[in-house]
Amino acid sequence: MLDCAIIGGGPAGLTAGLYTTRGGLENVVMYEKGMPGGQITQSSEIENYPGVTGEISGMDLMIPWPEQCQKFGLKHEMVEVTRVSKEGDVFTIHKADGSVDEARSVIIGTGSRPRRAGFAGEDTFFGRGVSTCATCDGFFYRGKEVAVIGGGDTALEEALYLAKICKKVYLIHRRDTFRSAPNTVARVKRTENIELVLNAVPEEVFGDASGVTGVRVKMNDGATRNIEVPGVFTFVGYDVNNQVLLQEDGNFLCDMTPAGEVVVDISMRTSVAGLFAAGDIRIAAPKQVVCAAGDGAVAALQAITYVDELLSH
Amino acid sequence: MGKYIDLTAANFEATLANGVSLVDFWAPWCGPCRMIAPVIEELANDYDGKANICKVNTDEEQDIAVKFGIRSIPTIMFFKDGKMVDQVVGAQSKQALAQKIDALLA
Repeated sequence: MLDCAIIGGGPAGLTAGLYTTRGGLENVVMYEKGMPGGQITQSSEIENYPGVTGEISGMDLMIPWPEQCQKFGLKHEMVEVTRVSKEGDVFTIHKADGSVDEARSVIIGTGSRPRRAGFAGEDTFFGRGVSTCATCDGFFYRGKEVAVIGGGDTALEEALYLAKICKKVYLIHRRDTFRSAPNTVARVKRTENIELVLNAVPEEVFGDASGVTGVRVKMNDGATRNIEVPGVFTFVGYDVNNQVLLQEDGNFLCDMTPAGEVVVDISMRTSVAGLFAAGDIRIAAPKQVVCAAGDGAVAALQAITYVDELLSH
Repeated sequence: MGKYIDLTAANFEATLANGVSLVDFWAPWCGPCRMIAPVIEELANDYDGKANICKVNTDEEQDIAVKFGIRSIPTIMFFKDGKMVDQVVGAQSKQALAQKIDALLA
């Protein structure tokens, strides 16, 4: 029986692992299907993690985290969790290899994944010109022209990254203002090889057997424009990864919002005793590394208290 | 202990010519590639003597990446007797990759 099962190995899960083990829980496993680090390892640059200055990538930021946790005894099991269920005071962790583990408490930190923008051709050409990871795939477009879709922090930061390696970046955004840090907007506007295509909605990505050859956008005034590029990078927000909470009867294990986020209180407690949620998956998540890490610590401290009380009865 | 095979232009065709092979196209700067690196290592161990578990560093072997039209990494391709028969893009679980290898071995 595990004292605590942590589902997900991003900043929330890793910090929860650090705090549960260092805080005295003996038997803690973090489940992550591959190497821990999370979605942030795809970000080209982190400017807002406190105390970390200079140009640092998401991957570089995350590299020391697992080692720090393992020092205090956190175990990492490299398997995908398919479902978490609860009977009485015992949680069951169902794994993709068919085996199960039991745990007294669970911290869900499964995070989110890039949202599909929803234009025609997006699924057909995903991985063949349509991408959600500039640090992964920008390399294949060196010296070429690409399009970036979106107007938030991630879209602008990744447009700046792509502008350094590509000949030109078309930044396609449906409004004429950006929801991004003023500093980032200013940098985008003074980057010569970024062309702003504003008040424009992508309608279709088109291509041939080799992959994407362009994107057609519709402007607010009804006009359409074909932008011929081999690469289209979409950064239009995130969807939460809540599948592990879905039960066999079709209901979720705990209370969720209509958007699928886990409802928690200020202590990261869900509607189910012993079940905590941290990071992007929770209600009103700011979707920042520092916040996910903070959530992980809060959830871990609560889990320790919960397990202590459970065992003292 | 099985070890994955690093593919280069020199050994690519000969390595994949016979049997079932998994080829992971990756690069050092790619977060999701790094995430599945230990999965590939485990698969190399599990399928030692049964399937070729291979990696292509797209940074160093750009000709191979171009030949297969790689535009996103990780891309994981499956070969049977030298012919590409299936592919997936993005980080996958070990179980998902093992299922594809098993289907080709059957």
